[in-house]
Amino acid sequence: MDEEYDAIVLGTGLKECIISGLLSVDGLKVLHIDRNNYYGGQSASLNLNQLYERFRPGQQPPPALGPSRDYNVDLVPKFIMANGNMVKILIHTDVTKYLEFKSVDGSYVFNKGRVEKVPATDWEALKSPLMGLFEKRRAAKFFSFCQQYDEKNPQTWRNWDLSRMTMHELYTQFGLDVQTIDFVGHAIALHQNDAYMMQPAMPTVLKIKLYYESMMRYEGLTSPYIYPLYGLGELPQAFARLSAVYGGTYMLAKPDVEVVYDEAGVAVGVTSEGETAKAKFVVGDPTYFREKVRKSSRVVRAMCILSHPIPSTNDSHSVQIILPQKQLNRRHDIYVFCCSYTHNVAPRDKWIAFVSTTVETSDPQSELAPGLQLLGKIDEKFVEVVDVYEPVEDGSRDKAYISKGYDATSHFETEIHDVMDLYRRITGKPLDLDKEDLRKRQESQ
Amino acid sequence: MGCATKAEHAASAPLPGVGGATAVAGGPPRCKLVLLGDSGVGKSALVQRQCRGTFNPDMTVTVGAAFLAHTLSLPSGVAVKFEIWDTAGQERYESLAPLYYRGATAAAIVFDVSSEKSFARAQHWVAELQRHASQRPLMVLVGNKTDLPAEERAVTREAAAELADSNDMLYIETSAKTGSNVAALFELIAEHIAAPPPT
Repeated sequence: MDEEYDAIVLGTGLKECIISGLLSVDGLKVLHIDRNNYYGGQSASLNLNQLYERFRPGQQPPPALGPSRDYNVDLVPKFIMANGNMVKILIHTDVTKYLEFKSVDGSYVFNKGRVEKVPATDWEALKSPLMGLFEKRRAAKFFSFCQQYDEKNPQTWRNWDLSRMTMHELYTQFGLDVQTIDFVGHAIALHQNDAYMMQPAMPTVLKIKLYYESMMRYEGLTSPYIYPLYGLGELPQAFARLSAVYGGTYMLAKPDVEVVYDEAGVAVGVTSEGETAKAKFVVGDPTYFREKVRKSSRVVRAMCILSHPIPSTNDSHSVQIILPQKQLNRRHDIYVFCCSYTHNVAPRDKWIAFVSTTVETSDPQSELAPGLQLLGKIDEKFVEVVDVYEPVEDGSRDKAYISKGYDATSHFETEIHDVMDLYRRITGKPLDLDKEDLRKRQESQ
Repeated sequence: MGCATKAEHAASAPLPGVGGATAVAGGPPRCKLVLLGDSGVGKSALVQRQCRGTFNPDMTVTVGAAFLAHTLSLPSGVAVKFEIWDTAGQERYESLAPLYYRGATAAAIVFDVSSEKSFARAQHWVAELQRHASQRPLMVLVGNKTDLPAEERAVTREAAAELADSNDMLYIETSAKTGSNVAALFELIAEHIAAPPPT
């Protein structure tokens, strides 16, 4: 370990593994360390024994739940937008060859006490029970506008300048009613609150377009989301492998690893078991930089084992349900995420459902009630409240580049922004995903 | 408009990463082959010899190519499409991920016939494989570096064959340097994959 590296990465969570992989591919000499003896940190997927060790220490899982090894339960479950930046990174780095993905059956929204499929396209809007006849037509026109909108082609702009016009004004132009705006903003554009309404419309219109393009991205998708077989824990492992293939060195099970700073407070390496490794900078998750992060929020998550699909989701084996804050008189949305044995995360005829939200009260568990009520009978439930941390500085001064903790959302869009921002902060250049991908680069050699 | 967009739908691509060791319609059976064994026993050298016909004595730790597709046609006319996974150096600090073992059809556990230590570690790799693989893959114990002079040999053929037997593994001795038995190793695996012996 007494060696010099370009970069040392601490923690093998998904964000750190993506960064490690990208830096190794860029030709940097990377040392990647985790204090645990397994990959994934917060983004690991646990088997049933590990789940019991964590939540019910000393207890054995009941045999009725099936074999432990058939479970791959994410600690932070998230679906991946099929045409989003996560998929672009997977394809760009050719990491897809280590993984297998399957589509997510359905994307639903909680509206006036009912669970309804999210209509994401003009023709789906015309069929949706979420809207009355005239509203359907207005929504169809709105979706059609978003689908065709192209920042570079003024003919698609309808003389509107979306970089100045607010989203609220755009909704008004189409005459959309409050209920429609609610599911469009939260279940399609994936905003976590309503602050976006008074901001320029462009980012939201592009998010709506992304949702639509994701639905079109692969054959036979019935939602815009995909999810890896065996759970999200596969992703950090795949990116770690990418990093190793490009020369990255991996060391797990270093519980005492610590960042070393010079007199000026600049990160210059790490130490563990009496050995020191030097580096030009250090990257890691907040748990490795306790004194350089602040608490940004708290997330409460319930992980539930079910023996049936979630009611009113058309017997979906995998589904996301978003409960917009306004429907519940809350400030933050509640997210329901469900997956089953068809994604190899549970034994046959078992479903894993997660309910999560950002904590607003001193009784976080009861805040999940509206989501838990949708699940039907729950065989087992594990609840966790976690503090989410974010870096205080951007790393330019102290060469300590720190990722943010994982939020309550059940999709990847916010997390991938953090990864791209981290990459830009470290390298000083944006991550260019349109550049020739690695597979093509290798084939041409 | 609705119809036109539906047409675009049909032009979309299949999901990324349809791996696994299942037969693709019309294609040869696929075999995910994982290489196991301590650093320096010649895992990558065996793959290089088989897939590229070369041997590089200065090859250090594996960098760059740790995933190779290789189709092998057997004399019987049957072909097997190998997806060969190399450790990418992650075995050095015991940091191979479960993903590596996932869905493996076959595993080659390699040791160096001149290294008693690497042979002793073969048992460790068998245990790791059994711990992680959900279905038991075909296992082959490979004694590599048979080109070394007889006096350097530290592990007898008998001892290796006995270990293989007691763990229900096949056994073969190879030299990635001279190429001796390397093709035979891959053919041995392909034969068992293409036509599994009756159980």
